[in-house]
Amino acid sequence: MLKNKIQFLLNDRLISLSDINPNTSILQYLRSCTGKSGTKEGCASGDCGACTVVTVEYAGGDLRYKSLNACISLLPSLHGKQLLTVEDLQDGDKLHPVQKAMVDFHGSQCGFCTPGFIMSLFALHKNNPEPEKAQTLEALAGNLCRCTGYRAIIDAASAAKNHGPDQFDRNKRNTIAALAKIQKTSLLKLSEGDQVAYSPSSLSELTDLMLAHPNARIIAGGTDIVLEITQMMKSLGTIIYVGNVPELQEFEESDAQFTLGAALPFSDFTPSIATHYHEFGEMIERIGSLQIRNQGTLGGNIGNASPIADTPPVLIALDAKLNLRLGNKNRIISIEDYFIDYKKTSQQKSEFIQSIIIPKAKENSYLKVYKISKRFDDDISAVLAAFNLVIEDDVVKSVRIAFGGMAGTPKRAIKCEKELIGKPWTQASIENGMQALEQDFTPMSDVRASANYRMVVAKNLLQKAFIEITQPTINTGVVQYA
Amino acid sequence: MRKLAQLQDKTSSKITGKVGVSRKHESADKHVTGKALYIDDRPQMANQLFAAIGQTTIAHGLVKSMDLSKVKVAPGVVDVLIATDVPGHLDIGPVFKGDPVLVLDKVEFMGQALFAVAATSHEAAVKAAKLAIVEYEEIEPVLSVKEALSKQNFVRPPHTQKRGDAVSAINASKHILEGKLKIGGQEHFYLESQISSAEPTEDGGMMIYSSSQHPSEVQKLVAEVLGISFNKVVVDMRRMGGGFGGKETQAAPWACIAALLANKTGRCVKLRLNRVDDMTLTGKRHPFENDYKVGFDEQGLIKGIEFNINGNCGYSPDLSDAIVDRAMFHSDNAYFLENAHVVGNRCKTNTVSHTAYRGFGGPQGMISIEGVMDDIARKVDKDPLEIRKLNLYGQNDRNITHYGQTVEHNILPMMINKLENDCEYQKRRTEITQFNKINTFLKKGIALTPVKFGISFTVQHLNQAGALIHLYTDGSIQLNHGGTEMGQGLNTKIAQVVAQEFQVDIDNIIVCSTRTDKVPNTSPTAASSGTDLNGKAAQNAAIILKNRLIEFTCEHFSVEQNDVIFSDNQVHISNVKQLSFAELVQLAYMNRISLSSTGFYKTPKIYYDRDKANGRPFFYFANGVACSEVVIDTLTGEYKVARVDVLHDVGDSLNPAIDLGQIEGAFVQGMGWLTTEELIWNEKGRLVSNNPATYKIPAIADMPEVFNVELLQNEPNAEATIYNSKAVGEPPFMLAISVWSALRDAVSSVSDYKASPILNTPATPERVLMAVQQMKSL
Repeated sequence: MLKNKIQFLLNDRLISLSDINPNTSILQYLRSCTGKSGTKEGCASGDCGACTVVTVEYAGGDLRYKSLNACISLLPSLHGKQLLTVEDLQDGDKLHPVQKAMVDFHGSQCGFCTPGFIMSLFALHKNNPEPEKAQTLEALAGNLCRCTGYRAIIDAASAAKNHGPDQFDRNKRNTIAALAKIQKTSLLKLSEGDQVAYSPSSLSELTDLMLAHPNARIIAGGTDIVLEITQMMKSLGTIIYVGNVPELQEFEESDAQFTLGAALPFSDFTPSIATHYHEFGEMIERIGSLQIRNQGTLGGNIGNASPIADTPPVLIALDAKLNLRLGNKNRIISIEDYFIDYKKTSQQKSEFIQSIIIPKAKENSYLKVYKISKRFDDDISAVLAAFNLVIEDDVVKSVRIAFGGMAGTPKRAIKCEKELIGKPWTQASIENGMQALEQDFTPMSDVRASANYRMVVAKNLLQKAFIEITQPTINTGVVQYA
Repeated sequence: MRKLAQLQDKTSSKITGKVGVSRKHESADKHVTGKALYIDDRPQMANQLFAAIGQTTIAHGLVKSMDLSKVKVAPGVVDVLIATDVPGHLDIGPVFKGDPVLVLDKVEFMGQALFAVAATSHEAAVKAAKLAIVEYEEIEPVLSVKEALSKQNFVRPPHTQKRGDAVSAINASKHILEGKLKIGGQEHFYLESQISSAEPTEDGGMMIYSSSQHPSEVQKLVAEVLGISFNKVVVDMRRMGGGFGGKETQAAPWACIAALLANKTGRCVKLRLNRVDDMTLTGKRHPFENDYKVGFDEQGLIKGIEFNINGNCGYSPDLSDAIVDRAMFHSDNAYFLENAHVVGNRCKTNTVSHTAYRGFGGPQGMISIEGVMDDIARKVDKDPLEIRKLNLYGQNDRNITHYGQTVEHNILPMMINKLENDCEYQKRRTEITQFNKINTFLKKGIALTPVKFGISFTVQHLNQAGALIHLYTDGSIQLNHGGTEMGQGLNTKIAQVVAQEFQVDIDNIIVCSTRTDKVPNTSPTAASSGTDLNGKAAQNAAIILKNRLIEFTCEHFSVEQNDVIFSDNQVHISNVKQLSFAELVQLAYMNRISLSSTGFYKTPKIYYDRDKANGRPFFYFANGVACSEVVIDTLTGEYKVARVDVLHDVGDSLNPAIDLGQIEGAFVQGMGWLTTEELIWNEKGRLVSNNPATYKIPAIADMPEVFNVELLQNEPNAEATIYNSKAVGEPPFMLAISVWSALRDAVSSVSDYKASPILNTPATPERVLMAVQQMKSL
């Protein structure tokens, strides 16, 4: 059944929207349509966090609080959720504990970033009332403050610990009941003029829509595509929002592999992946910010076909597969074959990524992942390197090496691999491999790095991987992980 | 008949929010609840229009033709403004000419405002502004300092400061070193981008809301572009979402354009720059390329130095004359330069006009001499801290700067010793040297650097301020002053001053938005002077009112002046009578005493004879010391700031929590300038790092892992500043030079400290790795 409206709770008020431009961001909606101006626009590109709001979903028998960037999130993603903004946190005259702590610890100066910080802190404390410092840093890495230098904010974050139930806890039953009333099993449509958004609620609805609208733009998190609206001032035309398709949200773990639904947000699967592939997990925590990872998906990171996307090189090194669907047929391809050229893929019209299959580690294998960027958190890679090696009896039995930022696509270092496969695991082989990278790649100079730096670093990362595998006690990184 | 308020509370209680306490920011509760209103949050007027800027797409040339027909018919567009529509002045240069509000024919940087659109929504205006068809006659742009220098392409003539005979002193020295340092600029990245809103008034004037550090200048320029008298323009500024110097002159163009469009359409117009447009259209911290030649003895004592300080000013003078001057004034930092020859060049390039930014040229002068200290240390094989101490200004001799100001109350040597001990510099130096011997891939570095920063506008007439205080008959107080609140806590501090003077709770005081109709002819809130100047002016107004109340009390109760004491929200009269503050105010009102007063202040002692390059440009110096420790990865150039210890001098703090916030914030901002914040213009003159995805300011995890910041205690400002406090906005920014110096220290360890690496700024991982390669190749 097609329904021409989306429904969500704006704090405790049920909102139904029908005739509204689906290119409208949550931020624009809040500021223009509801008169709530507490949520700020700092960049309209998901980089500063001033617009952070929190959505609440009922899942797994409990409410789950997620921070996200309202500036690059479109309205269809709100269906069936509760939206909380900075205006909602005060309980009568009483500041919420995170608000009070920010006041008491002098965590605001100009105050413009503050509502965003408050909402990120709020989400953190709802999910984790006693966060460690590392968790606080992770939750706030996507909130830029230009005034304080952050120390006061970190102090406020730890001081807000141990507070009792707030009004959201007290209202929990009502919230769950209100959310349950919102019908989530229909195909939704939101439109204004020639701007149309569909939100299918099943794989078959999605398949049919893709056939009917071969030029439609698929949006899951939308954290990249929505920049076309906010930065390039475009309208997206027909949008298919896939966040409500249960088949695209699946997560399966077997003895041999992980199967990840293409529209599963990063933050939902990172812990499981991190348990198995520690360094992959660490790297994922450096993709965008928590707000971005709460929205952004693996399918999107792959489907954009950006040469500087962080996960594709790792997935290529791991020999991951893509499960693509066209009509009611699925095909499984190696992810390596997906990327054809700059922003060009082997995906056909009306086809979409349904899931990603990541094989588990083989015996005696090592996965080393390195992300090089100017800033540690929430930055785009200058170079991303992934080395997947099987070493037995000091001989390289198997090797897959892939880089991001070194070519027009995420790309395997075939010549480098040839210098290593079957060779003794020695410094001499590594040096040959380093040399071979010059044949594999001709990187570019751009705003993030020079061609020279990219090449030098790419080589040095192979060296680093060698040292870390052969001499694991030597500390080679400036950032320590727990 | 009008009835006075019933007064409730007569009890005496210790006042809250007096000077010296860590009072919360006056807007803190509003910040955390989203109730603090910024200009974009103000309710919209009926018929509200939104404006956007049409930008040039070349860096240098002439406009041959401009077809705006598509812009005019775009959805929602109501009107378009071009240069020839401007009824008054076209040039809005703040000090010198050179900044047309809209391009008339000559394009001087890419992105320059060519026309403006007013439409029924922000999005419609922005979209329409991209539809112009413009033909240009391109001229080769000048994009580097090097090229500007070789062509003698300057926005203002060079200036020289000279003492002794540097050339002879250098030539007679045991050691001579030469070097060059390229210093990157910096985007302000205030979280609230530039915004102004204009409402036409019935007098043919304008009511302007502007996120500006300089409302009086906005008033002047809006009046001038409209061709009307200043008294018809009122500018209101409640708060900025960050300024950092970026809203000193750079806020005015958008106010002017909003006013011009409001004038043309007769409707309210709001102009907010999207982030990318803000980064493209507004000036930044000046990039500099400085070179030096220094002569010194075996100990490392400087005998003579020549500095060429070359600021990249962009296309117009803006404030560059004073900024390059300040770089020259700080090319000594804390060191006695017996024979010095400092030349400052104001290079003109076809980029956006660079402007004020926290430190105002000081950082670019200071980092150069700090680099020299490190270079000398490597040459004579000593710890850089030893060289720094050796060259410090003396107490009674070697205490005159190269521009003739005596360094009085020199507490820096004491502060350096204190921090050196407190942070265990020597012990850690030994441990670090040991660490670097053992470790092949990771290297540590440490540096302890001082800051001596001159406080006052170097343009003398700006060192004045006004205030206006109203007492109401319920005892509540409205406080107006000429400074602007950009997050630095100025309003809080000034309210504390007034609470202290009247001995009333700070909650009795509301600091109103800064308005040109309340306090006229104000100076910008800049040069760290906000509290020094406006605090004194507000104190002056408070004292005038208090004296008036005392005089009235003496007459009314037949007591002597000394019998009237304000304390604890009360007025005690000769131990016989006690009135609450509000009761006295009511009584004064009933007896027809004026309850409103202005206040005024001008800074004493300062002057600078620019022709002789000599004088006392600064009322006093603010001091600070920082020690930073870093660890670098010699395979990738990545690094981490592991620990920072700071000791900073704010005199007697008016509000320790706010001062601490200023110091920490300035440090991290300075660290960003020197590490990850990289401005890149391409060969066409386009700024390519024009958004937060490509321009990286420090994020939360970039904060030093250990960050100990301490205010120097028991050292009141020896000059008679407001409660003997010291300015704090800019000085701690330069403490971050210690991070850069520590990075060089770590890199230098690769050469076993034999060589001093070239490390231009920002010291991105790429530059650090290149410096490591340079050390390895020696």
